[in-house]
Amino acid sequence: MDLELQFFIGQIIVGLTIGSYLALIALGYTMVYGIVELINFAHGDLFAFGFFISLTIFTAINPPRPLDVVGLLTILPLIFVITMLLTGGLNTLIDRVAYKPLRNAPKLAPLLTAVGVSFALEAIYAIWVGANQVPYPNYFPRIDILRQWFGLDTAIQLTTKDLFLFGVTIPLMIGLNFFIERTKIGKAMRASAQDREAAAMMGINVNRIIATTFFIGGALAGAAGLVWGLYINSGRFLMGFEAGLMAFTSAVLGGIGNIRGAVLGAFIIGMIKSMSDFYFEPSWTRVMIFGILILLLVFRPSGILGSTQSIEKI
Amino acid sequence: MSKRLLVAVVLLALAALLVAPVAAQETIKIYTSWPLTGGTQAVGESMLKAAQLAVEHYIADNEGGPAGFNIEIVALDDASPTTGAWDGVIEAENAQRCVNDPACMVYFGTYNSGAAKVSMPITNAAGIAQISPANSNPCLTRTAASCAADEPTIYRPSGVVNYFRTNATDDVQGPAAASWAQCAGFESVYVLDDTQAYGKGIADEFVLHAESIGLTVAGRASVESTDIDFRALLNDVRRSGATLVYGGFVLDSGGPQVIQQMSEQGLFDAGIKFMGPDGLTSPSLFDQIGGVEVAEGNVLLTFPGLQPSALTSEAGQRFYQDYLAQNSNEEPDPYATYAYQSMQVILASIEQAGAADRTAILDAMRGLSGFDGITGTFSFDENGDSTLAVFYGYDVSEGKIGNAVAISPTMQDTECVVTG
Repeated sequence: MDLELQFFIGQIIVGLTIGSYLALIALGYTMVYGIVELINFAHGDLFAFGFFISLTIFTAINPPRPLDVVGLLTILPLIFVITMLLTGGLNTLIDRVAYKPLRNAPKLAPLLTAVGVSFALEAIYAIWVGANQVPYPNYFPRIDILRQWFGLDTAIQLTTKDLFLFGVTIPLMIGLNFFIERTKIGKAMRASAQDREAAAMMGINVNRIIATTFFIGGALAGAAGLVWGLYINSGRFLMGFEAGLMAFTSAVLGGIGNIRGAVLGAFIIGMIKSMSDFYFEPSWTRVMIFGILILLLVFRPSGILGSTQSIEKI
Repeated sequence: MSKRLLVAVVLLALAALLVAPVAAQETIKIYTSWPLTGGTQAVGESMLKAAQLAVEHYIADNEGGPAGFNIEIVALDDASPTTGAWDGVIEAENAQRCVNDPACMVYFGTYNSGAAKVSMPITNAAGIAQISPANSNPCLTRTAASCAADEPTIYRPSGVVNYFRTNATDDVQGPAAASWAQCAGFESVYVLDDTQAYGKGIADEFVLHAESIGLTVAGRASVESTDIDFRALLNDVRRSGATLVYGGFVLDSGGPQVIQQMSEQGLFDAGIKFMGPDGLTSPSLFDQIGGVEVAEGNVLLTFPGLQPSALTSEAGQRFYQDYLAQNSNEEPDPYATYAYQSMQVILASIEQAGAADRTAILDAMRGLSGFDGITGTFSFDENGDSTLAVFYGYDVSEGKIGNAVAISPTMQDTECVVTG
């Protein structure tokens, strides 16, 4: 195969991987916005929390690295569940302390508390883990599939870690979609997003639904942090800022409040970043991403798939 | 009753505070100012330990402090807790604290050249000697191609030189690294930087010199220092056919992540190496990339002076061994060498001056000549720079920043063999 083509396919794989972890984070932004119309600026920092707390648990258990098959089937799922519960719980707690009392206050107030929570969390992480790059040991076995298993001589890199990333993120996205479309709580979430008062009148406990939304959004960000750690193997106390910025942009690009839009937006951003870093220059990547965002929003203010919120509220 | 007791205790404490300065009359204070928190915390702590060790050695050798004074190190931090990096406002406060303290005779700092630009005019106006254990920006002391028109005079409002350093400066680091790369057999280099003054400056110098000596620059990119995913860029490195990545980074601006992802993405396995400047030359780099074994054989570093382990003089070996002994065998940071040597200079200047007098100590420091420091014998030139300032290139071997070779922009093919 032509070498240029191999590199192009390699970049598509990189773009898809960036898209998948961004999507998990973007979902939390969009769900929270959909239901309480709040940009939860602290959401990116939950991703960082997922990274640090899962690393703490791994360190405490101290399993062999990389994990053997037994470890992959027992320890890994266990840490996934604990990380998601803790991160989801943290997000619910943040809502309870910083957003819920301001539910009926002017929109600017919870926006500022969100910024405040974000800064506070980042400062706490800096104290907790230090300001340096934190290495995340290689607990997940990395095998270069095309070369080591198939013996192909190619520039395309597809590793077991890539498959692991897709294997975690895609089922989570499908599961979330199913949850929102098909379950009773999902229906209640959609109802609360459309009209909180009417939903309350229909007997839906809106506060509990909002708390659930924060929990699910946080749990997904926690899962993203854990997957990121195992996948990229390093992070930093400020990592939530960069990831949050890109994920938030994804959510807006796809149409904020729209679950499928967030996923689509994340994959588009991932692909732009991958291609721009490769074919242009990394220093132009942000120009590309935000240039496309501006152009798109000028012509489609509610994002690619449309923000359910703005359409129905108008 | 208990209230009265409290009042009595408070009064006693106040009285003790009033009496204390009288008792401590024979103490000279040296204010240090460099990051003790944030991304370069490990460097700062190591420099502080080395400075303290220099005082201990001096007292042991001379059965007392210089000119009979007690030496007290007041360790200040110039890093901001919110950004984890040096902060100009904090640095200015630190310098002002020294100026305002009659017992402060020498201002010992900074680590970051940018911070020195803030404190230098303050100490200069006050006529206090300032010595840096690490600043490598040439413009602080003399004009160079990359300096602004009014540098360095804006740092010397009084017109008198009061600032000194014993390490080499950046203006030759990029070119020396390019010559070293060519000398060591690399033919094609991909050059990265973190878009910041230090990193981009040094990478630009590297590219300019590489082109002039016929070393191919296969790619050139500046990255966001907050970026966390460099995989797409590293695929471009692979495509470019470069066998070396030169990275103009510091410890807290993406360099460690580039190295770690180069390892993870198999670039090291493919024989591609990484070379970085002194901003990355620290043992704490290895903790950040997940262990020294990641760097071993794959990472090359340049540094404006000798590593602690490469010190050959008797005094140098004494510093290195005693430091290891005091710190459970933890390697000192490379700049710890210069913190120790700068403290040697400070103590000698106080001894020479013979009095707790800022002007006398400054004059003594300026007049220092043929001084035996742990890196060798040197004097200060008219700008306050050391006459013994050489760049070295290092590999990573045996679990630490390893073998040294003297590098320069004019080095020849035969000089680049790294020897132990």
